[in-house]
Amino acid sequence: MAEPLLSIDGLTKTFHVAKSASGNTKLKALDGISLTVGRGETLGLVGESGCGKSTLARTLMMLETPDEGTVSFEGTNPFGLRGKELLGWRRRVQMVFQDPFASLNARMSAGDIIAEPWATHRSLYPTSKERDERVRELLEMVGLRASDGRKSPQEFSGGQRQRIGIARALALNPDAIILDEPVSALDLSVQAQVLNLLNELQRELGVSYIFISHDLTVVRHVADRVAVMYLGRIIETGETEEVFDHPRHPYTAALMSASPKLDVTGAKRDRIVLKGELPSPLDPPSGCRFRTRCWKAQDICAQVAPEPQVLTAPDGRRHSAECHFPLDSLKGLAGAAVTASAP
Amino acid sequence: MRTAAEQAPPNSRPRAGTPATQSQAHDVVLQVKDLAVDIRTHRGTIRAVNSVAFEARAGETLALLGESGCGKSMTAKALAGIMDPVCDLADGQIVLNGTDLAALSPKERLKFAGPELGIVFQDALTALNPVYTVGTQLGEAFRIHRGLNAKQARLEAIDLMKRVGIPEPESRVNSYPHQFSGGMRQRILIAMAVALNPRLLIADEPTTALDVTVQAQIMQLLRTLREEGQMAVILITHDLAVVAEEADSVAVMYAGNVVESGPVAEVFADPRHPYTKGLLESVPVHLERGAHLKSIPGSPPELHDIPAGCVYQSRCPLVQDICRAERPALRPAGRRRTADPAGTNVLEADDGGMGTTPADRTISAEGRPVRTAACHFSEEITNG
Amino acid sequence: MTTSMTDSAAVPQPDAQQPPTKNTAAGKGGNPGLFRLLLKDRFAAASALVLVAVGLTALVGPALMGDLATKQNLLFANKAPFTMAHGWEYFLGSDSLGRSMLARLVVASRTTLSVALPAVAVALVIGSLWGVWAGYHRGWRENVSMRIADVIMSFPSLLLAVVVLYVFSPSAANIVLILALTRIPIYLRTGRAESAELQSRTFVDAARTFGAKPNAIIVRHVIPVVLPTLLTLATLEFCYVMLAESSLSFLGIGIQPPDVSWGLMVSQGRQYLQTAWWLSIFPGVAIVVTTIAANVLAAWLRIATDPAQRWRLALPRKRLIVRIPAKEAQP
Repeated sequence: MAEPLLSIDGLTKTFHVAKSASGNTKLKALDGISLTVGRGETLGLVGESGCGKSTLARTLMMLETPDEGTVSFEGTNPFGLRGKELLGWRRRVQMVFQDPFASLNARMSAGDIIAEPWATHRSLYPTSKERDERVRELLEMVGLRASDGRKSPQEFSGGQRQRIGIARALALNPDAIILDEPVSALDLSVQAQVLNLLNELQRELGVSYIFISHDLTVVRHVADRVAVMYLGRIIETGETEEVFDHPRHPYTAALMSASPKLDVTGAKRDRIVLKGELPSPLDPPSGCRFRTRCWKAQDICAQVAPEPQVLTAPDGRRHSAECHFPLDSLKGLAGAAVTASAP
Repeated sequence: MRTAAEQAPPNSRPRAGTPATQSQAHDVVLQVKDLAVDIRTHRGTIRAVNSVAFEARAGETLALLGESGCGKSMTAKALAGIMDPVCDLADGQIVLNGTDLAALSPKERLKFAGPELGIVFQDALTALNPVYTVGTQLGEAFRIHRGLNAKQARLEAIDLMKRVGIPEPESRVNSYPHQFSGGMRQRILIAMAVALNPRLLIADEPTTALDVTVQAQIMQLLRTLREEGQMAVILITHDLAVVAEEADSVAVMYAGNVVESGPVAEVFADPRHPYTKGLLESVPVHLERGAHLKSIPGSPPELHDIPAGCVYQSRCPLVQDICRAERPALRPAGRRRTADPAGTNVLEADDGGMGTTPADRTISAEGRPVRTAACHFSEEITNG
Repeated sequence: MTTSMTDSAAVPQPDAQQPPTKNTAAGKGGNPGLFRLLLKDRFAAASALVLVAVGLTALVGPALMGDLATKQNLLFANKAPFTMAHGWEYFLGSDSLGRSMLARLVVASRTTLSVALPAVAVALVIGSLWGVWAGYHRGWRENVSMRIADVIMSFPSLLLAVVVLYVFSPSAANIVLILALTRIPIYLRTGRAESAELQSRTFVDAARTFGAKPNAIIVRHVIPVVLPTLLTLATLEFCYVMLAESSLSFLGIGIQPPDVSWGLMVSQGRQYLQTAWWLSIFPGVAIVVTTIAANVLAAWLRIATDPAQRWRLALPRKRLIVRIPAKEAQP
């Protein structure tokens, strides 16, 4: 693979919070996250709420400062930058937020919202004529009318607002966009429109995406590679097809199995229904973090945290998972359904 | 179909005993006809729900499927009698076990909330009162409807918590809602709804706020409770996959109207309304990564701006002049692919184009639900 | 008095159940100018008229009245109001020295406004900016600011004024400054609370991801949202400041006679309440009417300048309210 656009190594972020039941005040939201994103590639980031995926996004956007670990964007660490250089880096990574209502200031017009980044990055489009021209271009690029720039956000539907959010992210011509649940607030029919738009923009502009979502169907559709997070760690990562077709970590398998499938044949399938819920990130389990809900857990899982290991699938493709007892293949699931689905 | 007169009034039935004896599987528990709900706004009165009809059967799940603003939640609130003050029940019948709820006064309806009809809301945190323990809130139904004292009600509450799978109910009965996780709170809400073994359970987006692994647990719980109590469940959701996995029949709503209904397997395998088809095609499954999704163009009409003809005309690929002129009624549609299990009433062919059919037949035939669609060209939809 | 704000708040939001696009309702017909919207709302329009009248009176009134306000005429002492028998200048009666109430009210309007307006404005500007800044940055800036506010608040503001005005001379400028100082914490607290909430909003995060500087974000995203709330607060404060000024005047350390303010008139007339009620009632009414008008207008302005709320003003309020009981009567 060519030099990755973005690589993250050992990123750790701890929040200090009010005392928990066990007297712990440290919430490890990210625990040694390592990832790479290639140019023009889409990385899907999957996990349940509280797994740290939003913290990862905010850290990458420098809204949070990591405690440990490095971020390298084409070789430079943005956290070491100051002033003009930092501003230059800001331009290259942008973000689209989940909630298309909260992420747009209701008191500004759509055009002003899209043009807002240029108030900080004045050199990009110095004259107001250029800016107006570019706003119109961006509006059309995301499938809105050039005349929509005068309207206020309230006049748009959720899907249209998300398009404005995307246009704003594109305003600085970034190399990478972090999409934090960009379609989960949208209706299904509109969701498909926005996914199409994102795919088209990527083809046209060659921009990289970090696509955060809890919707596995959507991630499978857009992502080249996928990383599954659980309690602040990436427990499995690899090419999308690889991970989806041959999940090696029991959690990934359970996640895939639990998400409802649109299967028109109506065949009832066995599902893994996990016991319990996500443990509090304040008091994560010792050893493997998933062991409290895992049907394959043994003594070693409580004692030793598993290291990521590269596993080879039957078809020869490889991806990495963090488990002492990785699942062989889909065979492993049948047994799981029996053991784990009992209430 | 049983008529109202044949059924005993709900309150006279003894409610104790094993739940399974309360009603036979596939009995029609709830029949909704011509339901219409108006909302008063500054732009005048708008119709949020328009002549909606469906029925829910004991031991089965009926899904009301639709996107936000399609009127599905409004329908649920109308059924439960908890509409906002700006909303009016404009028309229709809500026949629950032979009683037309729509004809009752709000006070009389209160008697039905709990013993006959339970409702589960989406947001478990706001649906529970933060200043009372869950035991108090769970026991409330027993104190009000069965006149139990606080001690007895607490025992019932512990029992309920056991039923919905809350661990250590004896100690947790004195906890407050915020001390429970999202999934556990949803279980408590479900427990409140099923406390008095209602015949009908309305679940309004019960898992939307939850993670998938917890969602699977809650859905499993709802299934178990449905089978134990032979309840009819109305599941309101926007998630096609949840409908495909959990429901027996489905009513697809769009802009306040039911546009298609029928058994889930048939509707999803062979949609007879372009909207249903469009929705199904919007889901990115069985597609190459990054391939273009067949999205539905545009967005749903504003409720104060619903066109005269077909509600779906502005987004429909099949639209013709007649669609703009005349609103298609919900008519039997689609060929029945397999004989139904009871072996009765196999509809031979489409009669959708044959003018009006008796109103009742669009809702049900004797036995199993009929496939219906509100489209002038439902036979012309091809499903590859 | 029902303000436009409480009315529209009482109406349940009709589109709670509908897709958010419903909010377009108000915007669709183009943005009606603020003035057109104002004319539509009777209460707000009347309030605006009152304020304009008070403003004009303060501006040109004293010149028109000449020395009428100070001219004593014991023949006309304590004349009751609402009679033209003693000439137009005694229509609102006269005080114990036979001075025209009407003229005194007009002259006092200028003094009152020239103390209250600057006091409110100074407190508003300093308190709001400070509060917004503290709330946006959180951390030690917030803590220090709040403790300072607590210290100021914990002093009874009148006591502080008394002390300061005894030490320094009770000039109008000093009154303005001391009143402003004691009222700063009000804006500081409100501004801080709102700004602390706003700084965690997603659109502020979005601005941070462009690399926008904190001050730019405060100007662009925080102040426009906080301002209407603070303005509403300021109109309430306007009332408080007028009354505080009258208390100071009553204690003899506020406005010094022969200057006169509404507050001073109220306190001077208090001892004659049983014999000559008009002495304190008329200036009291002037204070109340001005404050209510300002308050109504501020409440209206808050809705009118909020694009997400503006549609409420287009609501035919009457019909909505009348129809709700009609529904309950239905079977």
